[in-house]
Amino acid sequence: MSSNTQTVTVGAPAEAPPGRKRQLSEGARAERRLGWMLCAPAVIVMIAVTGYPIGYAIWLSLQRYNLELPQDVKFIGLSNYAAVLSSPYWWQALKVTVVITVFSVAITLVLGMLLAMIMHRTLFGRGTVRTAALIPYGIVTVAAAYGWQYAWTPNEGYLSALFNSSAPLTSEYKAIAVIILAEIWKTTPFMGLLLLAGLSLVPEDLQKAAMVDGATGWQRFTKITLPLMKPAILVALLFRTLDSFRIFDNIFILTQGSNNTGSVSILAWDNLFNALNLGIGSAISILIFICVAIIAVLFIKGFGAAAPGTDIGRR
Amino acid sequence: MAAVTTTPRQKVGWGTANFVVVALALIPVLWMVSLSFKTPTAVLDPSFIPSQWTTGNYSGILQTSTFIRPLVNSIGIGLISTLISVVLASMAAYAVARLRFPGKAVLIGMSLLIAMFPLIALVTPLFNIERAIGLFNTWPGLIIPYVAFGLPLGIYTLSAFFREIPWELEKAAKIDGATPFQAFTKVIAPLAAPGMVTTAILVFLACWNDFIFAISFTSTIASRTAPASLAFLSGSSQFTVPTGPIAAAAVVITIPIIIFVLFFQRRIVAGLTSGAVKG
Repeated sequence: MSSNTQTVTVGAPAEAPPGRKRQLSEGARAERRLGWMLCAPAVIVMIAVTGYPIGYAIWLSLQRYNLELPQDVKFIGLSNYAAVLSSPYWWQALKVTVVITVFSVAITLVLGMLLAMIMHRTLFGRGTVRTAALIPYGIVTVAAAYGWQYAWTPNEGYLSALFNSSAPLTSEYKAIAVIILAEIWKTTPFMGLLLLAGLSLVPEDLQKAAMVDGATGWQRFTKITLPLMKPAILVALLFRTLDSFRIFDNIFILTQGSNNTGSVSILAWDNLFNALNLGIGSAISILIFICVAIIAVLFIKGFGAAAPGTDIGRR
Repeated sequence: MAAVTTTPRQKVGWGTANFVVVALALIPVLWMVSLSFKTPTAVLDPSFIPSQWTTGNYSGILQTSTFIRPLVNSIGIGLISTLISVVLASMAAYAVARLRFPGKAVLIGMSLLIAMFPLIALVTPLFNIERAIGLFNTWPGLIIPYVAFGLPLGIYTLSAFFREIPWELEKAAKIDGATPFQAFTKVIAPLAAPGMVTTAILVFLACWNDFIFAISFTSTIASRTAPASLAFLSGSSQFTVPTGPIAAAAVVITIPIIIFVLFFQRRIVAGLTSGAVKG
């Protein structure tokens, strides 16, 4: 089918009479129709699975709806939101999520930059380094999380043994540190690869010219490499921040959210599957959605991060 | 470039840096491998290398449907979701890369929004919808959401790849007397294949990795996937800790990833960075 229409597209400019520019030529109209037809299935699936449920979640969040009391479903306006926003659990979970996001993203950025430089500059074993780095990226988060959990279990784990049989997963701050460590290990390769792509756009000549002019390595890094890499860094930061804000798997395995270590996603999940409260659970989900939207707008409008993919639209 | 002025000291420096990166990446994985070969007594000994070796953890989990069935589910659900995502995403990406039509920017914006979506926000409504229409705890109940989240990734990566294809070759082939079908199968398909393979790998890894949907929309081994099944594994008797079996299961679900990474390292790197940074 597609090959047929390509012939139409190719032939179109010649067929269109020069005087009727305003009206779409037959070829252009066929091209439009084909474009929409090709996109339709993808659009339908994406809307059916995300757009509709989000609308439904907004509606659910305005109801009193507990699965244990199915008779007692009632419209209660914004009361669920009031309940969530006045609950210390929400603010504790938000605090934990923000702490994990800020620390893991900041450290991942620094380590990712180092990794990118190593991958960019290294003279031998380039393939080995990239292959090894991709393993944390690809590994199932839950599988890795079990590894970290056992490693930090007193009398069983090598890391716990290394730190005098400590049991970090039983105390709030240390457990959060372990969660951050697990996040960093898993996500640094992705950050490194995104930054590597940005690094390869920095022209070699510029570096050499600066070297001839007597710039030190650090000066070259801060005055040339960093400014040129700004777009790549912002995109990588945006991706990582949004991803980290959604943290769920690592916490679910490492602490189940005990000792005040639950993230907002864990809180929403608990309200649905342990408290069976669809109304409150949906309200939390919508609040998370709003937080993510705020982060994205901040990055794109505030820091001028190019929304990834906008270049595709422009071409 | 830099190779011209390499001193032995630099060589040692980069060698050390490489070694550190590889060690940091692999040690946690090797720890899982070590745990998976430890006997229940050796598990209670924090040494990195097992004091007593056993393959019992593997034979144990590979004999129970508690793990085998979820493994089959994971493979089946992952492959079907990947196939559907890549086909639908290829159609859309072809349109984005080659055709002029209004609404293209909306499509890109929408994919972007979905790629950034907090998954948990969908768990509550989808849980209720799936229960109402009988999709809860079925394969399609996971395949449909996976396709929806595979699509943005696919559209992104594929449109970046498709833009690089020299489409004029197709016209040239036709001028040389090829039929449209020949032009497509002999010229365009081989050029498009690498991008589609890359996309398929990325989408499959994303499905394979999912945990939150897998534990939320399943309740039995009829549709539970391998990552979600880890928590349900038990030791050889109910009094032994399940550490060994869980470690063995974790290693088993890591094997496909290691294979992908070893064989497709270049493609995965190209795919990960194509959508994000190309200017």
